[in-house]
Amino acid sequence: MTAIDRNSAMSTKVRIRFKINGADHEAEVEPRLLLVHLIRDVLGLTGTHIGCDTTSCGACTVLLGGKPVKSCTLFAVQVDEQELQTIEGLTENGQLHPLQEGFREEHGLQCGFCTPGMIMAAHALLKKNPHPSEQEIRRGISGNLCRCTGYQNIVKAVRYAADKIK
Amino acid sequence: MLQKTSAEVGGMGHSVKRKEDLRFVQGKGTYVDDVRLPRMVYGQMIRSPYAHAKIAAIRTEAAKNHPGVLAVITGQDLEKAGLSWMPTLFHDKQMVLATGKVLFQSQEVAFVVAEDRYTAADAAELVEVDYEELPVLVNPHKALDADAPILRDDREEKTNQIFHWEVGDRHRTDQELQTAPVRAEVRAVFQRCHPAPLETCGCVADFNPATGRLTIWETSQAPHAHRTLFALVAGIPENNIRIIAPDIGGGFGNKVPIYPGYVCAVVASLQLRRPVKWIETRSENLQSTGFARDYHMTAEVAADADGKVKALRVKTLADHGAFNAAAQPSKFPAGLFSVCTGSYDFSTAFCEVDGVYTNKAPGGIAYRCSFRVTEAAYLIERLMDVLAAQLQIDPVDLRLRNFVPPDKFPYQSPLGWTYDSGNYQAAMNLALEKIGYRELRKEQTEKRERGELMGIGVSSFTEIVGAGPAHTFDIVGIKMFDSCEIRIHPTGKAIARMGTKAQGQGHETTFAQIIAQELGIPVADITVEEGDTDTAPYGLGTYASRSTPTAGAATAMASRKIREKAKKIAGHLLEVSAEDLEWEPGRFYVKGAPSKAKTIQEIAFAAYTNLPPDLEAGLEAVHYYDPPNLTFPFGTYICVVDIDKGTGEIKVRRFVAVDDCGNIINPMIVEGQIHGGLTEGLAIAFMQEIGYDESGNVQGGTFMDYLVPTAMETPNWETDKTCTPSPHHPLGAKGVGESPNVGSPAAFVNAVVDALSHLGVRHIDMPITPWKVWQILKEKGVAE
Repeated sequence: MTAIDRNSAMSTKVRIRFKINGADHEAEVEPRLLLVHLIRDVLGLTGTHIGCDTTSCGACTVLLGGKPVKSCTLFAVQVDEQELQTIEGLTENGQLHPLQEGFREEHGLQCGFCTPGMIMAAHALLKKNPHPSEQEIRRGISGNLCRCTGYQNIVKAVRYAADKIK
Repeated sequence: MLQKTSAEVGGMGHSVKRKEDLRFVQGKGTYVDDVRLPRMVYGQMIRSPYAHAKIAAIRTEAAKNHPGVLAVITGQDLEKAGLSWMPTLFHDKQMVLATGKVLFQSQEVAFVVAEDRYTAADAAELVEVDYEELPVLVNPHKALDADAPILRDDREEKTNQIFHWEVGDRHRTDQELQTAPVRAEVRAVFQRCHPAPLETCGCVADFNPATGRLTIWETSQAPHAHRTLFALVAGIPENNIRIIAPDIGGGFGNKVPIYPGYVCAVVASLQLRRPVKWIETRSENLQSTGFARDYHMTAEVAADADGKVKALRVKTLADHGAFNAAAQPSKFPAGLFSVCTGSYDFSTAFCEVDGVYTNKAPGGIAYRCSFRVTEAAYLIERLMDVLAAQLQIDPVDLRLRNFVPPDKFPYQSPLGWTYDSGNYQAAMNLALEKIGYRELRKEQTEKRERGELMGIGVSSFTEIVGAGPAHTFDIVGIKMFDSCEIRIHPTGKAIARMGTKAQGQGHETTFAQIIAQELGIPVADITVEEGDTDTAPYGLGTYASRSTPTAGAATAMASRKIREKAKKIAGHLLEVSAEDLEWEPGRFYVKGAPSKAKTIQEIAFAAYTNLPPDLEAGLEAVHYYDPPNLTFPFGTYICVVDIDKGTGEIKVRRFVAVDDCGNIINPMIVEGQIHGGLTEGLAIAFMQEIGYDESGNVQGGTFMDYLVPTAMETPNWETDKTCTPSPHHPLGAKGVGESPNVGSPAAFVNAVVDALSHLGVRHIDMPITPWKVWQILKEKGVAE
């Protein structure tokens, strides 16, 4: 593709409408804009992080229609007419979600960089399976890398939340 | 003994929940890529596809003419400013942007700045570089051959040798090895790997032409040292540089050095007079920033027939890649590698290391350890197992026979270290009991008879942390002290700042706990702030498990200075002489009349409202702490593995870690550090490797092929502790973050080798993949 082609591609912006954390939004985006950049750079929701460039780490995990997705590997235009939830949408009326509470109570985080994605993956797991076994928790977060905790306390944190949500 | 404070105060020994977590669990942390400034623009690095090549031409016109592009910077541009090379942290220099030639794949060649990330990435593709390939040197063992290409033609010395370093008694060690009844040897490669913190490196450089000040938000484990280096290298007055290390998404040594991307962003900001953000991708992080290890080691031990060790001889080849960017501040080219006699009482030892250049990314940094201690601990713990197998002695018995005995501390090691304190037997005995060692050996015997493969691996490591005493450690001459400044507000609340910078270790909580312990002010009332060079006292940063040994000690000492002044104020308020006062955490009371007392909060208020006439107002202190010695944490780790004969897959069935890090500030955080370090040890033993093919193409340069463990591969860790306080640290603490990563690789490898030892296997190099194991099983005729 030549530079001129690129320019014309860039100028063709697409209007999308979507719901994020309960609020309606509209944006004009380049078709190539990654969802994670829509969330972070356009909407300023910087709780969703970027940890790799190969869809391996899960730091960018958000919920799309209630399902966990890696937002670095979707285009923003793909969320047109859909509903998103990010870590910022988890706290209700200033109350921490049981998962957020569990991560703090069980020391399920250290540097905090993987934490939002990890919590969103766990959130999706608990919606589907409110009483997961240890193995099910481990599988549920296996798309999310953590370099600090060794996962043991993350498993405890998810179990803490599962017990609390009961 | 330290007086235990109430849970509400939360001093030492309490598992206080972390203060920093509230923002992290809500996605409200501020990492470098979260910083957005008005008029901010984006930088993109252009990198070499070749490992060794002459740069014939760089054409930047197309990129410069691309809409939205503001600048394209090359090595030639930097050369005019004297910035095309920069000093490394260990007596070498490295290219910022390549001039003349490139020396490793993914080396930085040009830097494009554009209005947004996408335009910068587009324009990067428009920069055309003509390369002429040169012969590539990948194998460090060939670096010193007569026909090896000389990589660093910028140096006066026309050789690929960086250094030769030796320590110990060569003559006596050689003699012992010649005459001893038993001699055992291991050749072990500690593979090149990468810390890969989940957040990559990056910065936002913001030069403000109106004030002349340069602010750099940076992923830095050592913000003050970076400020001084920027001042020295770029010639900007140090008072006009402010480094802010905001929340950092893991470091593990990767964020100690200054990288070319930071320098390019600074140059671009100075040129464009706009804030410039540069954030590397994961692939860039793995392929170009500080790698670790790459030590090719041979160790020989001389022993009596009953296994009592006498002498140790170590010869090592260190592959530093294209530049010696070893981020280590000791006076020794191989860092603290000479702690390789470990936990054992050798009468003599000799160690030599040769460093060489190759066409690989520069390094190496200390990945979750103090400067080559992981390599040393791995080597001696592997060697002890090889000796045990040779003598057919149980590896535990061999270790117990050779430990430095508790009554020999402080212990003078034959290679020059003074171990502060230790009780190796105690840690070993606890680990044996906890895992049920003798029963496991019985089980193993039974399983072997049935043809099943089970192994038990032991590692009784000694760490060396807390750099460090000023006489041995410095960065560009700056001594390795660290610092703390505490201010007590009139209402009895406090703010404290240190020269360290946490990357997940929880300093905002643990340093507050030290103040709570020393002054009785509740943890909830203390704010701890690090990472802003405009506000924090000078310090050398967080790595090498040095925060608690240095800044933690400084925090205790600064608290004690405040207590001294508080005592005078209390005496004034209670109308008694200061000598008549007793302290208990949180208050001074009159000896013999405990109801006559003033709390630290009342004293703080008086410090601003009602002072004795001879005292100046305020209640604050600063302390710079230069430790008299390093600290020597230790422990015993025992690992049990089962091996699948059909696939070569290794299952870690159990892992018991007994650590001794002296007095503990926050048991919850210490345990978390051990979990994390063991997981990185597991990763190194079984998964992580940055390899290169013969053309110098990096293998393992993305998260698709640089394998890091998920929750599925990671076992549950069983932890326990003994407590042998450091005699010279004001709190008796030692530091712990790196012990599990230093001590565990040998435990994993020893367990796998133990499972195969009856087949004649004595050593397997890391990472021990199922493929490697299966090949051995096939060769030994036991694969299914």
